[in-house]
Amino acid sequence: MLIYTLKRLLLMVPILIGITVLSFGIMRLAPGGPAEAQMEFSAKASAEARERLRKLYGADQPVYKQYATWLRKFVTLDFGTTFADGRKVKDKILERLPITLTISLLSLGLVLLIAIPIGILSATRQYSLIDRLTTIFVFIGFSTPSFWLALLLIYLFGVQWGLLPISGIQSLDTTGLTFWGRLSDWGNHLILPIFVSAFGGLAGYSRFMRNSMLEVLRQDYIRTARAKGLSEKVVVYKHALRNALMPIITILGLSLPGIIGGGAIMEQVFGIPGMGQLMFQSVMSRDYNLVMGILVPAAFLTMLGNFLADVGYAFADPRVRLK
Amino acid sequence: MNNAESFSAQTLYYLMRNRLAVIGGALVALVFIFSIFAPLIAPYNPSTIDIKNILVGPGSSHWLGTDDLGRDVLSRMLWGGRISLEVGFVAVGIATLIGIILGSLAGFYGGWIDSLIMRAVDIMLSIPTIFLILAVIAILEPSIINIMIIIGLTSWMEPARLIRAEFITLKEREFVIAAHAIGATDSRIIMKHILPNGLSPILVSATMGIGGAILIESGLSFLGLGVQPPTPSWGSLLSSGKDNIEIAWWLSAFPGLAILITVLGYNLLGEGIRDALDPRQRE
Repeated sequence: MLIYTLKRLLLMVPILIGITVLSFGIMRLAPGGPAEAQMEFSAKASAEARERLRKLYGADQPVYKQYATWLRKFVTLDFGTTFADGRKVKDKILERLPITLTISLLSLGLVLLIAIPIGILSATRQYSLIDRLTTIFVFIGFSTPSFWLALLLIYLFGVQWGLLPISGIQSLDTTGLTFWGRLSDWGNHLILPIFVSAFGGLAGYSRFMRNSMLEVLRQDYIRTARAKGLSEKVVVYKHALRNALMPIITILGLSLPGIIGGGAIMEQVFGIPGMGQLMFQSVMSRDYNLVMGILVPAAFLTMLGNFLADVGYAFADPRVRLK
Repeated sequence: MNNAESFSAQTLYYLMRNRLAVIGGALVALVFIFSIFAPLIAPYNPSTIDIKNILVGPGSSHWLGTDDLGRDVLSRMLWGGRISLEVGFVAVGIATLIGIILGSLAGFYGGWIDSLIMRAVDIMLSIPTIFLILAVIAILEPSIINIMIIIGLTSWMEPARLIRAEFITLKEREFVIAAHAIGATDSRIIMKHILPNGLSPILVSATMGIGGAILIESGLSFLGLGVQPPTPSWGSLLSSGKDNIEIAWWLSAFPGLAILITVLGYNLLGEGIRDALDPRQRE
């Protein structure tokens, strides 16, 4: 177990390096560097001033030295400052991260809560009406553009029926509200985003659960359990479920990029001040420090999540460790 | 089942028996036809601005209404479909090509080539796709070609993995050993012997990939980072739909429906192909 964990950890290092190289490469490819960006606003800057600025940003160093400097700063969490308002990139990210994580995790929880039972139901009653209906529902969920669903729901719930607020995460005048009032206002704002987030994931997870369950139910040990005279319920919930759930863990790990970044488009629609919106804004304003400051930690977190998923899987299934 | 029939014929047979797959295929064909014949069926020129008819609802003169510049929504949707399909096919083509090349190299040669390529896959998979795409767009100008390339460059991982798995399995087979024994070069073995037999999972991945690419393209256009105006795109139609949501529901409803139907078609078809190819379903 320990050896497996160590092996996986070691494997992560080249991937991390690769991510940083990729991100740095993308940033370097950007037309104009930070010196030029600042120069754009003062056309009268002399050649000397430009040269001094380049030296300041280290833009006169060879590429690999720039990479080393950038990497060193990065590791100490010094992501530099944004071009927009000079604030530290790190602060901006920390400001936005909780919101995105909240929505993503809540929506993931919702998805698992609904998708797993649906998957089990579909598998145990294969080809029945329930199975077919959920299959169709699942496929529609797969294929729906999330931002369109968001618009539709905003229109129905916000515009037509006026039930739910249509943007932001809190109303304009929350000063007079109690803690519970604020909480429920915040909740109201989050209902639609969480639901829209969950909708697509629901499709994927329930389908996967169904397939995994079907796979398990075909196995010999299930037949043995039935032959022993165990009730169907015990067979399904005690024996089959445990084995069918394991691929779900892997999928959970793989869906980490989605947790951090998936809401980008949706946050735009709902006006949610989260990571996705920040990324979008930074792209629009060509704020490369911010862009890289989001990209690399996001990738790193994803890798971490995959690593945890792999270790968890190895823990649950001893056969994996022997590979 | 008559075992004398070819693999493809058998696959087709199973495919046609799957009702959902047939529906998917019908949707795909429908969208295809509408897009190809858009210049002929569109009632209006999609770029004609008509200020007197801004944001008119669905009616007899404009079946699906007009947008914020008075352009006919139906015509814009038909032409937008061509863009979406173009982007979808080319992007998936690029991704599949890269995936086949890298996957076959990794699977056939193994060793450090395999490790290198698989590490590259892991790196690409670690970065949230949307972020990666947005980051690259920050550098390049948003244009149709760039969108195709970007989506292609961020979607090759799945085909690569599939092809690699196929190669690992197939390279131990007798026909490969035989070809090698009579002195066939590596590239010949890869291209003429193994690849043709290993392409079936790619079919599934490509079909569903087209749906995915269309979703990404419309998402990007929605954000203003995809197809640029005045070129019609379902995503940018939805964007003006969002801006006018309180007074023009049709601008939001119909383009999204088009995306849904198209992507649904490809997903149903792709899943159907997967089931038809699955040896365990062939009882």
